[in-house]
Amino acid sequence: MTLLENAIETSELTKRFSSLVAVDKLNISVEKGEVFGLLGPNGAGKTTTISMLCTLLKPSSGWAKVNGFDIVKQDTQVRNSIGIVFQDPSIDDRLTGRENLYMHANLYGVPTSEQKPRIDRVLKLVELDTRADDLMRTYSGGMRRRLEIARGLIHYPKILFLDEPTIGLDPQTREHIWTYIEDLRKAHEVTMILTTHYMDEADRLSDRIAIMDYGKIVASDTPAKLKDTLEGDVISIKTKEAAKLSSLIAGTAGVLKINTVNDGLDLTVRGGKALLPRIVETAAKNGIFIESVSLREPNLADVFLHYTGRGIRAEGSDELHGMSAIRRRQIK
Amino acid sequence: MTEMRGIYTLWLREVKRYLRDRARIVSSFVQPLLWLAIFGKGLSSLARGIQLGNLTYQQYIFPGIVGQTLLFTSMFMGISVIWDREFGFLKEIMVAPISQFSVFLGKMLGDSTDALIQGTMVFVMGAILASFLGINLNLTVFLESLPIMVLITFGLVGVGLTVASLIESLESFGVIQSFINLPLFFLSGAIIPLSGPGVPEWLQIASRFDPLTYGVDALRTIIDGKAWQPLYPLYFDIVIICAFNIAMIIIGTLMFSRRK
Repeated sequence: MTLLENAIETSELTKRFSSLVAVDKLNISVEKGEVFGLLGPNGAGKTTTISMLCTLLKPSSGWAKVNGFDIVKQDTQVRNSIGIVFQDPSIDDRLTGRENLYMHANLYGVPTSEQKPRIDRVLKLVELDTRADDLMRTYSGGMRRRLEIARGLIHYPKILFLDEPTIGLDPQTREHIWTYIEDLRKAHEVTMILTTHYMDEADRLSDRIAIMDYGKIVASDTPAKLKDTLEGDVISIKTKEAAKLSSLIAGTAGVLKINTVNDGLDLTVRGGKALLPRIVETAAKNGIFIESVSLREPNLADVFLHYTGRGIRAEGSDELHGMSAIRRRQIK
Repeated sequence: MTEMRGIYTLWLREVKRYLRDRARIVSSFVQPLLWLAIFGKGLSSLARGIQLGNLTYQQYIFPGIVGQTLLFTSMFMGISVIWDREFGFLKEIMVAPISQFSVFLGKMLGDSTDALIQGTMVFVMGAILASFLGINLNLTVFLESLPIMVLITFGLVGVGLTVASLIESLESFGVIQSFINLPLFFLSGAIIPLSGPGVPEWLQIASRFDPLTYGVDALRTIIDGKAWQPLYPLYFDIVIICAFNIAMIIIGTLMFSRRK
């Protein structure tokens, strides 16, 4: 892997906001044509990372190259190489969908003769061709998102950044957008960097995933391999006496790891089917009431829990704190 | 070429947004009406004691109200930056591969066009009410005033955009805006003469630091013709306004292109 072959290469990339280290010595390399998922809770530093790679923020130290160009010294070339779908909406809602796309095409210097065919094509791709001449303010959240994705593609970027592409959308719309992203990938040979705090999203779309927490990469591999690192099954137990149960079953043969979660315990175990009855028995003997119990194959949420020791915060509606709040203040 | 198209597209956006905003267009008719008809008429009897050369008070304040409209709308346009930032659109512009100078210029030209449309409305109102107000307006006067209006607007929009890029929220922009608007307005001599006998020395000096003083003086020289005794020669007004504009474009671009 030489430097030139990678779409993105960072070395000790760091961003500090006064006392807070938002991104801490990040080293990632993304190959051309790959979909790279950056997975982490709100405030993990994903968007700060993206903002630096998009030349919106200057790194405090370290360097990064995007499409072979330095993000500080060659920012115009970087900007020419990338497309971005921001986490927060970034469209002009007093213009129509088509006007937004034309504006983008002009800002990115798309030749005038090519503008119309390209715009018609992306509008069709995201199924907005019939609504293209309506003002954006009449669009639903999912339609706006689709238009933003379409917009990111008009200038044929080498690299497309998708920052939380489905945040705040209903399940059906998310499913739709995932399909669009997958179709895009087949239609254009574009490298994609996807940030998300949804496990299922990262799992479904990414070739490789880096799990990010407190500004650092805690693990990085393919989704399958990451799940394999959790050799064994996961038993989730819902109980109010998690601590007591935890001390009772610690050391039981086959129990590899015990994590305390909100409403009980998550156990990583070997031979889950055989172990499950034993655990329930132990609990019953000691007068611990178990509300429910489930056994399943590990998913990325478990991987996250395994590496960070805590659950991923699930919803985008979380109050912003830490670097998310700071980032918003600074670059919004 | 790409830069030119970028500037054009940003200009077009501002103008489209403005023309689609009916409330703003209606208010641009009502505002000058209030100033000229109510304020001007109401004060004209009081103003008889003020030295206005051979001008009636109506004739005196008409160019002032044109200047005031340009000032208030230009400064208000700064809101478009904050608006864009609040609604995230600014990021789309900031990551585009065109220079920050072009971004600033495109926005400035767009906002200036909007402000000029507002200024033109004042002329239209003035022409409609000409006999009621006792002022003389014709197309030639308007066409001669237009270049001065353009020049005044550039610098003032620059101030609005610069202030807006320093400010975080819409609320604080409102406060800061009046801190800038009102002194610039009152010190420009738009509605009260600030030269000649009886005006305190410090007030006369302060008015010389107000760029709008030169704008209003130039407009008066053109609109009121021989009846008005100019404070400065027309070329001098224009030189000062141009110098102010260049300074504002440089400062505005620098403020705009800050990257954290």
